[in-house]
Amino acid sequence: MAKVFFTPSIQRHVACPEAEAPGRTVREVLEGVFAGNPQARAYVLDDQAALRRHMTIFVDGHTIRDRATLSDAVSEASRIYVFQALSGG
Amino acid sequence: MSDILHVSTRKGLFTLARKRAGWEIDRADFLGDNVTLTLADPRDGQRYAALDHGHFGVKVHRSTAKGWEEIAVPVYPPKPEGLEENDMWGRPLNWSTARIWALAAGGRDEPGVIWCGTLPGGLFRSTDHGVSWQMVRSLWDHPKRKQWMGGGADLPGIHSICVDPRNSHHVSIAVSTGGIWFTEDAGETWSQRGEGMRAEHVPPELTHDPIAQDVHCLAQCPAAPERMWVQHHNGIFVSSDEGRNFTEITEVKPSVFGFAVVVHPRDPDTAWFVPEIKDEKRIPCEGKLVVTRTRDGGKSFEVLSKGLPQTHAYDVVYRHALAIDMTGDRLAFGSTTGGLWVSEDQGDSWACIIHTLPPVYAVRFA
Repeated sequence: MAKVFFTPSIQRHVACPEAEAPGRTVREVLEGVFAGNPQARAYVLDDQAALRRHMTIFVDGHTIRDRATLSDAVSEASRIYVFQALSGG
Repeated sequence: MSDILHVSTRKGLFTLARKRAGWEIDRADFLGDNVTLTLADPRDGQRYAALDHGHFGVKVHRSTAKGWEEIAVPVYPPKPEGLEENDMWGRPLNWSTARIWALAAGGRDEPGVIWCGTLPGGLFRSTDHGVSWQMVRSLWDHPKRKQWMGGGADLPGIHSICVDPRNSHHVSIAVSTGGIWFTEDAGETWSQRGEGMRAEHVPPELTHDPIAQDVHCLAQCPAAPERMWVQHHNGIFVSSDEGRNFTEITEVKPSVFGFAVVVHPRDPDTAWFVPEIKDEKRIPCEGKLVVTRTRDGGKSFEVLSKGLPQTHAYDVVYRHALAIDMTGDRLAFGSTTGGLWVSEDQGDSWACIIHTLPPVYAVRFA
């Protein structure tokens, strides 16, 4: 299963330990993780379930392309990093 | 009188208490976080704080006996697939809470009801003390809502919510920009109000269109709710018929421009404003921080400056940063440069409580 790591700065607001979940896309994996940590979901995704404007996600070292539906593919061995984008200042 | 003040700032929520020696900071919550607004519910004492975590979005916290707890935040409904709706810049309008810009308690007869105004223009209502929120779809789906535009922010937003103390189903809201809207059935239906206001920043054919008005702040007198005061982008307006019609007041020195207005809770003719140079500069006139007050419904104004800095003051007082307590004797305001002043004599004199706060967004008496 893909592993998900969250930025340290989110931990002050809501605990987001390293987690893993099955799935073939970023969406599937993240929703799996958020199913066990529902409070964290709104810290990462906006009301339309798109990635928040000043957040970014890396999959195996590459930023995702699809910020709206999170359809970027992941593998069983993928490492997903949910980070802040510096654009947020 | 209220002895508690909640001061929302860019870097935390400061609660001030009036003690024997005077006002002092009693506690600081959410230090380092952007607290944009608070509500102290007069019906049950519960406090609500709106936070904007930037990267992580807007959140709402509620006070409990054990401290603050994060509660639900108003969430926009799914945007229908294929719906194209752009903001005034031509960019797709994201149906997502971008800021909480108004929090108001419902009427005495409806405990637990909280109203919440947001950017980009959604109005929400909770019936369970903020545990859950329902968008007021009748307003969001109103065809004229799409004519709202950004004013104080890039996106349109609801910044003022006035619940009529005589009838909790009568609610007036104000939008920057989108004018004043009124419901007489707790949000089932809405009508535009605000005839008589005037917008200089639009073409002549729209100048008097109620939806084109950039209301900065709307205040309703609790004892005489037919009286409403507006601090508008263009100046000061007053209504004596619950916001249906307004009269412009032009002779106000040093300026009719500003963001905030409060009205005396029992005397509808008495209201306070914090003037600034209009509007490209937005700083106090001649570097003098003053408050203006009318006691005769706008026929005349006094300039109140005792205790306020009169040289090189560049304090801007935002629309939620001027407050009055339930007696009408105590007022307080905070500024963008971190100053906080309190008056105990209806503004005749002011005392600077502190001048090193983070930028102040909102001031509310508990």
